[in-house]
Amino acid sequence: HQSSTGREERRFAEVPRESIKLMAESTGVELSEEVAALLAEDVCYRLREATQNSSQFMRHAKRRKLSVEDFNRALRWSNTETVCGYGAQDALPFRPLKEGELFFVEDREINLVELALATNIPKGCAETMVRVHVSYLDGKGNLEPQGTVPTAVQSLSEDLLKYYQQITRAILGEDPHLMKVKSVSHDLDQLNRLLHMVKSLVQNPYLYLGSYVRSLVSSVMYCILEPLAASINPLNDHWTLRDYAALLLSHIFWTHGDLVSGLYHQILLSLQKVLSDPVRPLCSHYGAVVGLHALGWKAVERVLYPHLPAYWANLQAVLDDYSVSNAQVKADGHKVYGAILVAVERLLKMKALSLTLAAEGSGAGLPGTTTGAVGFRENSPGLSPPPEPLSEPPLGIASHLQAGGAGCQWEEWTPVSLPAMYCELYSFFGDSLAVRFSTDPPLGGAPAPGPCQPLEGRKEPASSAPNLENTRKMPQLTASMNISPRQDGSPRMEPQPPSLAATVPGRSLSRSSSSSSVSRSRSSSSRPGRSTSQSRDIFPKSRFPLPQAGPPAFSFIIGGRQMGRRCQGRRFQTSFTPTPPLTTLPPRAYAHKLPVIGRVSKPVRRWTCSHYSLHLPL
Amino acid sequence: MAAVQDGQMELDAEKETKPEILSDGTSNLSGNTASGTLSSSPLTAAPAGGAPKMEDQQTLIAVLQFLKRNKLTDSVEILRREAGLGEDQEDSQATDGSGGGKGDVDGGDANSLLSRVSITSAAAPQSMPVKRADDQPDVSVVLSAYSQQGDPSLYQVYYSGLKNFIESVLDCHRAELSQLFYPLFVHMYLELVYNNHENEAKAFFEKFSGDQECYYQDDLRVLCGLTKKEHLKGNEVLLDFRTSRFVLRISRDSYQLLKRHLQERHNNQIWNIIQEHLYIDIFDGMPRSKSQIDSMSGSLAGEGRRELNKAKVFHGLLKEPEIEVPLDDEDDEAENEEGKPKKKKTKKDSLGSKSKKQDPNAPQQNRIPLPELKDSDKLDKIMYMKESTKRIRLGPENLPSICFYTLLNAYQGLTAVDFTDDSSLLAGGFADSTVRVWSVTPKKLRKVKSAADLNMIDKESDDVLERIMDEKTASESKILYGHSGPVYGVSFSPDRNYLLSSSEDGTVRLWSLLTFTCLVGYKGHNYPVWDTQFSPFGYYFVSGGHDRVARLWATDHYQPLRIFAGHLADVTCTCTRFHPNSNYVATGSTDRTIRLWDVLNGNCVRIFTGHKGPIHSLAFSPNGKFLASGSTDGRVLLWDIGHGLMIGELKGHTDTIYSLKFSRDGEILASGSMDNTVRLWNSMKAFDEVETDDFTATTGHIHLPDNSQELLLGTYHSKSTPVTHLHFTRRNLLLAAGAYNSQ
Repeated sequence: HQSSTGREERRFAEVPRESIKLMAESTGVELSEEVAALLAEDVCYRLREATQNSSQFMRHAKRRKLSVEDFNRALRWSNTETVCGYGAQDALPFRPLKEGELFFVEDREINLVELALATNIPKGCAETMVRVHVSYLDGKGNLEPQGTVPTAVQSLSEDLLKYYQQITRAILGEDPHLMKVKSVSHDLDQLNRLLHMVKSLVQNPYLYLGSYVRSLVSSVMYCILEPLAASINPLNDHWTLRDYAALLLSHIFWTHGDLVSGLYHQILLSLQKVLSDPVRPLCSHYGAVVGLHALGWKAVERVLYPHLPAYWANLQAVLDDYSVSNAQVKADGHKVYGAILVAVERLLKMKALSLTLAAEGSGAGLPGTTTGAVGFRENSPGLSPPPEPLSEPPLGIASHLQAGGAGCQWEEWTPVSLPAMYCELYSFFGDSLAVRFSTDPPLGGAPAPGPCQPLEGRKEPASSAPNLENTRKMPQLTASMNISPRQDGSPRMEPQPPSLAATVPGRSLSRSSSSSSVSRSRSSSSRPGRSTSQSRDIFPKSRFPLPQAGPPAFSFIIGGRQMGRRCQGRRFQTSFTPTPPLTTLPPRAYAHKLPVIGRVSKPVRRWTCSHYSLHLPL
Repeated sequence: MAAVQDGQMELDAEKETKPEILSDGTSNLSGNTASGTLSSSPLTAAPAGGAPKMEDQQTLIAVLQFLKRNKLTDSVEILRREAGLGEDQEDSQATDGSGGGKGDVDGGDANSLLSRVSITSAAAPQSMPVKRADDQPDVSVVLSAYSQQGDPSLYQVYYSGLKNFIESVLDCHRAELSQLFYPLFVHMYLELVYNNHENEAKAFFEKFSGDQECYYQDDLRVLCGLTKKEHLKGNEVLLDFRTSRFVLRISRDSYQLLKRHLQERHNNQIWNIIQEHLYIDIFDGMPRSKSQIDSMSGSLAGEGRRELNKAKVFHGLLKEPEIEVPLDDEDDEAENEEGKPKKKKTKKDSLGSKSKKQDPNAPQQNRIPLPELKDSDKLDKIMYMKESTKRIRLGPENLPSICFYTLLNAYQGLTAVDFTDDSSLLAGGFADSTVRVWSVTPKKLRKVKSAADLNMIDKESDDVLERIMDEKTASESKILYGHSGPVYGVSFSPDRNYLLSSSEDGTVRLWSLLTFTCLVGYKGHNYPVWDTQFSPFGYYFVSGGHDRVARLWATDHYQPLRIFAGHLADVTCTCTRFHPNSNYVATGSTDRTIRLWDVLNGNCVRIFTGHKGPIHSLAFSPNGKFLASGSTDGRVLLWDIGHGLMIGELKGHTDTIYSLKFSRDGEILASGSMDNTVRLWNSMKAFDEVETDDFTATTGHIHLPDNSQELLLGTYHSKSTPVTHLHFTRRNLLLAAGAYNSQ
């Protein structure tokens, strides 16, 4: 009977006559069409009747779920044979078989031998017992053990309450201690889960977070900055957590920054405080750097850059210490170094870009334009070119981060001139900076002498700037950029088509030696281009001609000098494939497996659409 | 100890139904002949003059055979002479009953005689078409009432004609006349089905089922599946719907309107149904409003008849037996130790006032023979009184503490729970046929020693009661095996020596809590027994089950003393309750009515309608004046027993209410539900606010204030434990019990 109840028609399950015929055949009876139809109808009725009767047994047993047992009782009382073999407590999976329109109860074979020889003999049910507890004294109180909700939640409406319960159950599982972030600093998985929850909260367009943003931010900041208990074990990948948290921070800031005034400065302050505190462990510093980086190049310029000289000494000391006991710290130091490098690099690029755009664009320079190497966030900031993705967040995250940078409200800030900045930074990073910063590919690939490269790199934007002598109205355009990502709605994360990415000038600046970062930065850099094209007409017009107009292209050889231990006297030949036309797909390029400094925990993810490659004839 | 005599066992309701069936049958026969004329009286259908002779004869033959079978030979002779029928004529008619159009139907019925109870066929030759088994309602007869043929295609026209009429009448009448829709709809549909007009029936259902009140959805679902005549015969609920007349309460004005309309239109089909299957309770006065009607309707059989609810009910409490308190000295000492000599005085006062004043509504002390008090009972009474002096006075400001007894690991399924009155024992009935008894005090459960050992003890010693117990058997819980189906009801005797359990296997078992063995199995219910309960004075108990009757038993009789029949559907779980004075029994049913039965004569003295779902809990207030009922619709309704009126509606629960209990003083009503909550209601306020003046009492019109939220004093959640049972201790601590549900 049961297996035949199939099709849902009107309000009842009806047994089609085909089923009846089939069942009859299985017992060797041939039924005519009419008989089958009549029988089908009767079977339906009897089934329904039995079900109705069985529901009485369910109700009297004070259950909500109708059991096979109930049904059998109903059958027994109506003098019908009972259905045997379905008494198991577990739900019976009822499966359809597409081809034959057949429905059946899945009945797995049980290996009796296995069952008989099983070593894990079930202990049997625990004994039924009565436990008493005073639930409510004088009609109130003692709520806690009854699993009630916190007071703050009780004022919520019913829907929200359900939402709350769902969320808490999903995140906290059975562990009520998770309510506090700090209590789980030993458990990276839990922290990760919390961060993901924060992300989904932030992304939920139907939630107005209001003042809760502040508490969210503080949780995230905790993940970024605190020397977590989990960091003690070098095997724990707390770096990824920090990266992710930083990313999230920028995202929160971008989407909800307007909800809390002064949040940005507060964050900057706390980051700065951590950075300037030499007592803090390197992982905290790392967090501060990635945090700054995530907040946009302006933040880097404002906080990290001025601090660099002071901080550099400490870092240098760590890195120069070769003792075995220092190995772990040194590895951490490398991480920090890499993070700084990435941040600084983008700072330079963005600055350069802003100058370029200011130069090229008919309107003005765009200090606020934040395209560029945001995607580097994920890169292992190795000291030599080969970066390695530590984790694979969805591309969209990179674009959030990117957009987050764009969304920063920025006050008037007198920037250090680009050349001066570069010079200063170069004094710290030397060639590795040069490698990263020097980008745009030469068409011919004629190498230029190393020493002059930095000059050229600086010259290029500098030279183009005067070419198009336009006034820079930074504030106005900055404002427009601030608006544009928001108009775009929530930054959803479809990967950008490569052709679109190629149109963006930021791309040329954000070249990285790693194929992975290339594609990532492409997707991120394409974002502002697209969004602005939607929001402002004039902007893309002023920008799109740039690649065709004459992409800055040069090649060079780097003679590393300063941070010599890693790239001493090596000659780098950097050659890039030509910028592809807008519509055609770029030639397939090769991704090199590059030497890696730092942790090697995750496999290098190859991005198939890498257009550029860096040849390193060593 | 006086027992109710066995011979008094009465099958009132069944006797009641028998003549009704017969009259249904005959009126149908005559109604058939009289088609085309409207009889003026709603209850008697007079045969019209120009009816075909053939069918008249049939009627006469039927009557003759009835008389014959009942050995009324003289009457047979007289009738035969008067009607001019020959003996052979009758016989031939009887044997080839498949002759005429009418006989056709009858013959078919005889062949398809089908009833769930076996027919005493030895005395009933099947060949006789009008032969009926007297003892039980005969299906064929019941159904044959539907055999009158009308044009099936016109049913829709009839119905929609009536619908249009009702919708066009004045507002004040519309609500009242709208009550007609549901019973008419059901009867017309069944008629169509019975006469094998399947397609018309389906179309009729499709068209008009949407018009019915939403609380009839469950019934409609049953109806919807029913499209064949054969199905009709096995469906007991519908048979009952047929045999009982659906009761409607309509004001005289509205009734006149309806009557005039039907006569003008010659709408015989509907008129016939109204005459035969409906009972219209006409009252003089203002028509009732929609909300008034809605609050009372919803049951399977319409509302209770007014005159039925007029019977006098002695709802007062019995006089407390005068007990000299020999232990007062001891008590004094205890009190003195605590240094509160004042308390004693107040106690004495309260005791005195209670026992002296005789409630004018109370039944005579010996109206129902009650067992005499034993010494142990007296001791218990004294304990009770002592405890009650320490009782907490509850009220809206002073809510009871709640203790939750959670049954853990009850994988087998907890179905029923009961506490002893002194809250020392807890019994659970389980779906695996076991009954488990726990001691919820430190005192362990012990069996009595074996007979051989009992011989050895000194019977003269003071502590003989202690000595007979076997210490070796002491344990926290005992399991009672004996049933062969889920145990749906358990009840402790007031003296804590016995336990009753009712089960799906159709028996009620009496267990001794001294030996923890089964003493008696009471067989009588042929179907699952949903509930059983001891009388507050012990000795009697009542049980109700799937066979739609409640039975009253005495522990020393293996047969029931009374059978309370009348419900159209199962007498449900935790739904047979004794009135505190033991003179009445209340039963709730799946037919959505509550009936109050007089234990003395077995009469149904009250029918309460208004619930929209099967009733699953009942509770009498301690003063005996009120009744609370809870059902699957999540509502608690309050009833005034004396006036036979609904006096309150408590909304709040979201699932079936499985337990109700008044606090010991009656100020608080606690309700426990499947929705894992216990709710406390201000019952005092609910009772006080109702004005039960004579007018409302006579007309039965009630205006229910919608004040559930004001009356709700608190909602208390359990984690994941449906509340199966509630109990107030003698000091007014609320105990709740349920099985933890891990899903």
